[in-house]
Amino acid sequence: MESEHIVKSFDDDLSRLDAIIAEMGGLVERQLASVMTALVTRDIVMAQQVIDDDKRVDELESEIDHLTMTVLALRQPMADDLRAVIVVLKMAANLERIGDYAKNIAKRIFILAEMETVGNTAESVQRMAGLVQAMIKNVLDAYGTLDINKADAVRLRDEEVDRIHTSLFRELLTYMMEDPHRITACTHLLFVSKNIERIGDHVTSIAEYIHFLVSGEMPEDERPKCDMSSQTSVE
Amino acid sequence: MDSQTQKVKVRGVNVFYGDKKALDNINLDIPERQVTSLIGPSGCGKSTFLRCLNRMNDVVDGCRVEGDILLDGEDIYAKGVDVVHLRSRVGIVFQKPNPFPKSIYDNVAYGPKIHGLADTRDEIDAIVTDSLLKAGLLSEVRDRLDAPGTSLSGGQQQRLCIARAIAVQPEVILMDEPCSALDPIATACIEELIDELSANYTIVMVTHSMQQAARVSQKTAFFHMGELVEQGDTEEIFTRPQDERTQAYITGRIG
Repeated sequence: MESEHIVKSFDDDLSRLDAIIAEMGGLVERQLASVMTALVTRDIVMAQQVIDDDKRVDELESEIDHLTMTVLALRQPMADDLRAVIVVLKMAANLERIGDYAKNIAKRIFILAEMETVGNTAESVQRMAGLVQAMIKNVLDAYGTLDINKADAVRLRDEEVDRIHTSLFRELLTYMMEDPHRITACTHLLFVSKNIERIGDHVTSIAEYIHFLVSGEMPEDERPKCDMSSQTSVE
Repeated sequence: MDSQTQKVKVRGVNVFYGDKKALDNINLDIPERQVTSLIGPSGCGKSTFLRCLNRMNDVVDGCRVEGDILLDGEDIYAKGVDVVHLRSRVGIVFQKPNPFPKSIYDNVAYGPKIHGLADTRDEIDAIVTDSLLKAGLLSEVRDRLDAPGTSLSGGQQQRLCIARAIAVQPEVILMDEPCSALDPIATACIEELIDELSANYTIVMVTHSMQQAARVSQKTAFFHMGELVEQGDTEEIFTRPQDERTQAYITGRIG
């Protein structure tokens, strides 16, 4: 990483992998930002744009799959090069999933745009999305600078995302019990919340792979997990 | 399998060619019945080190070895050590297959005869057959044991040399780039053979192919400019080496 390979075309392959990851990262960052704006402003044109952008994310993932396989077969990378190639493959899979979740949120906007707002749940969703967006930005920075501390910090921030999701879950259940007419909107919002929570998990996974890339070991300590929605009921 | 037994212990070994120091303070344990790979750029001292292990350097003018090399706890450089006997315990296979200009049979029978391991024709026959079998060559040469060793293909010649090394019942087999003159199929045969042999012999191999080191050895030692930079489990060395020089070498950043 720090110095050049004797075979220079190997460096070109590795740079190309980095460039694709950067493009994918930029795209999913934008997808998430756009989908949240579209959700709040009920902008279905923007929502459609998020759905359309996902095709490019998928294409880039295929390109990563193809290029990593080629590099493994033709270059037989070792040590940090091997880790770099494996981590790129894992990152691409995680970024692609993040794109899918953003797209899934976008699809729900067409229905949510027709519905009344549900209390101040939009605010909580936005706060959660804001946290996840910052996590994505930091994890991409951590990858670009090979900053293990930054990656570890991202990993620990997922706790807060889980907390907001759990509380939103409880809140939405309460709204549904109070007024059955809100069930459609609340159910879609539940999925929105769950999707953002899952995006947080994928960002965390990327952070762990960056830790592995730099140190050669996956983080060993248990990460605090605070998604309690599976054990939540409202009487 | 007792992976803790160290067949060879190397302590503070320096090697000089005249005034030039070729190896500097080498300390290495070579585990019994495992494959240890020595890797490093040309001129790093790995072959020099290999040749210390059965005193092949004795015949090199101006070569001087300091420090201790213990085989089963006994110093092989001590006074009174019978070098011929040592070399029957620590055999060697070279880079280029070098069969004697004799028949296949005589190539294998020569060692046991001069070391007095067999007296009767039957005993020698048994050793030859057994050695060729262990070297994975018997089925290919069974009906032409009288043909010259040099009539075989390169890969077969190398297996013949391995059979020749095995015939004197060594404990350790040294291999100096045993596959560098062979095609990929013959290389795969030798690698498979090395894996099988490691059940009974301690093997130390110099190789320039890192993939080969990764494929066949359990331990790897990286040499650089006469220094033993890093040693450890092969898997560790190739996935997360600790030293920057090892890292640079195995990822193709220094020559």
